[in-house]
Amino acid sequence: MKSGAVSKALANGAIWGFIILQLIFFSIAGEYLSLSDKAFMDWENMLLLLKQSAPIGIIAMGMTLVMVNGNIDLSVGATFAIAAIVMLDSMTWPIFASLGDGVIPIAWLLALTVGTLLGALNGLIVWKTGVDAFIVTLGSMLGYRGIVFMFNGENPTSHLNWTLVDFAEAEFLGLATASWFLLIVTFAIWFLMTKTVHGRNAYAIGDNREAAVNAGIRVGPHMMINFAIIGFLAALSAVVFYSESGSVNPNDGQLYELWVITAVVLGGTKITGGAGNVIGTFGGVIAIQLLRKGLGHIGADTSTVNLVIGLILIAVLFLDRQLNVKGKEELKV
Amino acid sequence: MTDVKPVLRLEDIVKTFPGVRALDGVSFSVFPGEVHALMGENGAGKSTLMKVLGGIYQPDGGAIFMEDQQVVMAGPLEAKAKGVMFIHQELSLAAELSVAENIYLGELPRKSFGRVDWAKLTEQTDAILKKLNVSFDAKTRVGDLSIANQQMVEIARALTVDAKAVIFDEPTASLTDAEKVVLFDVIADLKRDGVGIIYISHRMEEIFKITDRISVLRDGQYQGTVNTADSTEESITQMMIGRKLDLSRNASHHELGDVALEVRGLSCGKLYQDINFEVRRGEVVGFYGLVGAGRTEIAETLFGLREPSAGQILLEGEEVRIHSPADAISRGISLVPEDRKGQGLVLGMNCRDNMTLPQVDDLKAGPFVAEGAEVAIFDQYRDRLDIRTPGWRAQAGNLSGGNQQKIVIGKWLSMHPNLLIVDEPTRGIDVGSKSEIHKLLRELAAQGYAVMVISSEMPEVLHVSDRIIAMYSGRVMRTFTSEEVTEDSLIKAISGLSDDKAA
Repeated sequence: MKSGAVSKALANGAIWGFIILQLIFFSIAGEYLSLSDKAFMDWENMLLLLKQSAPIGIIAMGMTLVMVNGNIDLSVGATFAIAAIVMLDSMTWPIFASLGDGVIPIAWLLALTVGTLLGALNGLIVWKTGVDAFIVTLGSMLGYRGIVFMFNGENPTSHLNWTLVDFAEAEFLGLATASWFLLIVTFAIWFLMTKTVHGRNAYAIGDNREAAVNAGIRVGPHMMINFAIIGFLAALSAVVFYSESGSVNPNDGQLYELWVITAVVLGGTKITGGAGNVIGTFGGVIAIQLLRKGLGHIGADTSTVNLVIGLILIAVLFLDRQLNVKGKEELKV
Repeated sequence: MTDVKPVLRLEDIVKTFPGVRALDGVSFSVFPGEVHALMGENGAGKSTLMKVLGGIYQPDGGAIFMEDQQVVMAGPLEAKAKGVMFIHQELSLAAELSVAENIYLGELPRKSFGRVDWAKLTEQTDAILKKLNVSFDAKTRVGDLSIANQQMVEIARALTVDAKAVIFDEPTASLTDAEKVVLFDVIADLKRDGVGIIYISHRMEEIFKITDRISVLRDGQYQGTVNTADSTEESITQMMIGRKLDLSRNASHHELGDVALEVRGLSCGKLYQDINFEVRRGEVVGFYGLVGAGRTEIAETLFGLREPSAGQILLEGEEVRIHSPADAISRGISLVPEDRKGQGLVLGMNCRDNMTLPQVDDLKAGPFVAEGAEVAIFDQYRDRLDIRTPGWRAQAGNLSGGNQQKIVIGKWLSMHPNLLIVDEPTRGIDVGSKSEIHKLLRELAAQGYAVMVISSEMPEVLHVSDRIIAMYSGRVMRTFTSEEVTEDSLIKAISGLSDDKAA
């Protein structure tokens, strides 16, 4: 077998094998352990799973782009919370009072704009200062979360708009609104990364930055655009989710960045950049959601879920590394 | 050629770095349709000159003309825009992307909505690949190609633009004979199209096969340009080395001790094959060859960084297997690596801690590090090696190259090694410190250490070695004693040419 073929197969297909394995395991284990007598692999259950995957999944698509580009964004959870507050709070502003439901598109637009700007700000700092994206977004994660708490202290921000709730709970061709958003975003980012010059340059920059610079690619602007995109998607994830729930706690979205990164890495994106795709990420998102749901189905609690996902993540990366060592001629580390 | 304007003309190019005049009045012209060889030893200034041409360095004096128009190369992009293309020895490709994307990196053809025009991209790429007669296609992932084929991708890049001048920097270093033929065909095509070509190589046979004229640099100074047809290997070699080189040879005058290291039939895949040599106590064995000849890889094997695929390593007559640097250190093998800053020192750490790094575990007082013992070791070797530092608290990164190298050497000496391997002992070190390091290596031999020196600088190898092992593409070509070695025979041996007189 050609070198790298196994790891490539892993990167491309293994996540789906893993998903099938989970489905089989939870279906069988569920027969014995589940408290309910409902089958795990029930169609309704799977549709619900897709809907529940949406908040993490929408952000994960942007994270795939940013990580392929050779960066990372830790601030998505905080951006998610800010966007939610902007949407829910702006609907109560007196200047929009006369608009009735006409406030909805304005609130959405405001939230999405804020998310995009916060993302672009991350990108601008990474571009202009040359500081590592990990550090920059670690800072903005704390900073943006600080803004969330400054806004309303420990209190939740709530506003229920029933038109909005109806929209969020609507189904079209059997799929929930959130599921549609996830699928559309997945397709859009897939298109961006595989079909456009910007997307291909993102791969080149993440793969060999020096080669990209020498080829005349303007690395900074590309990175800023990608950060703006992930900011937009974090906000989109928030507006979709909170249109239905109508209430945001200042702690909401915490640890989202870690779930998102876990999904992206499970989906085969290289943490050092240059390789990865949204189809794999989609698989990673589904796999995590399946694991959470499946373990719940057989009666495990949340802490067990976290432990298992952590172990699986490390096992996957270890396997990938083992398969990538190029034989004995390689310099040992 | 009176009415033909040179595509590229360099006039009196000067480039100085602190303490070094890297280029000192270099002038030559390249005409359309000419293959112009640029020769010189490692460190003669070829790479610096190429960086000036490529806009990476700005010259301190002189001018560059293209077709009699003075030009300023402000950066790599500008050089490319002016039609000057480089084919680098070190590949700069994105391994995860396809061949086509790498060739058109930065200039992917677009359709509406910023989409990549894949059809056009593939078509253009296939046309170029066809010219190169290669076995892979536009969609192949670059990471799946052999190094030689990756080199072909680099070459393909130069063919995408309307190049006026193409510079090949050691392009055949990793090519097989069949691939070389293809490369030379490509060069012939370029030549026919009126492109000016600068060809940098150490390999005499290639130079005489494909070039029209040869320009020679030595120590940053331009030595002249000659017609290839009027030259011989001897005359070129003489221009490269010059005659003022009279560094004294340093054969040992003391008795040699026991064999410290013996290597029998050592091989490591494609990196080197069937290596045999021994190093005795009290002698310096020099390893000379081109970059990629396998010298560093042998050192890395002896230090436990690579696993040999065949052969034996004997220390003091006893066969050993070295699986890791920790193994090597415990058996008394020390390596002063090539990349001092990257591999030899922890730059942010102070001098004392750098020096005692490998033995800090042995210097414990109970569970704690014995700082007093560390300072004592540092003081001892500072005096012995004459390391100039404000004190042990100084950060290693702030010292000069020569003093940094002495710290690395001191680090190993304080462990009393059986074998000291020094890879490129004076790379990036100023002239004064250079001779100090050379003196130090000789002294160590005189004190009974077994020393291996790997160097790409001929004067250095000649100066410090008792014996010289000449390597060429993973094999030992010849072993010279310091009495019999000549510059000429050494250059021939490392260029893969057999020396008639020696045979």
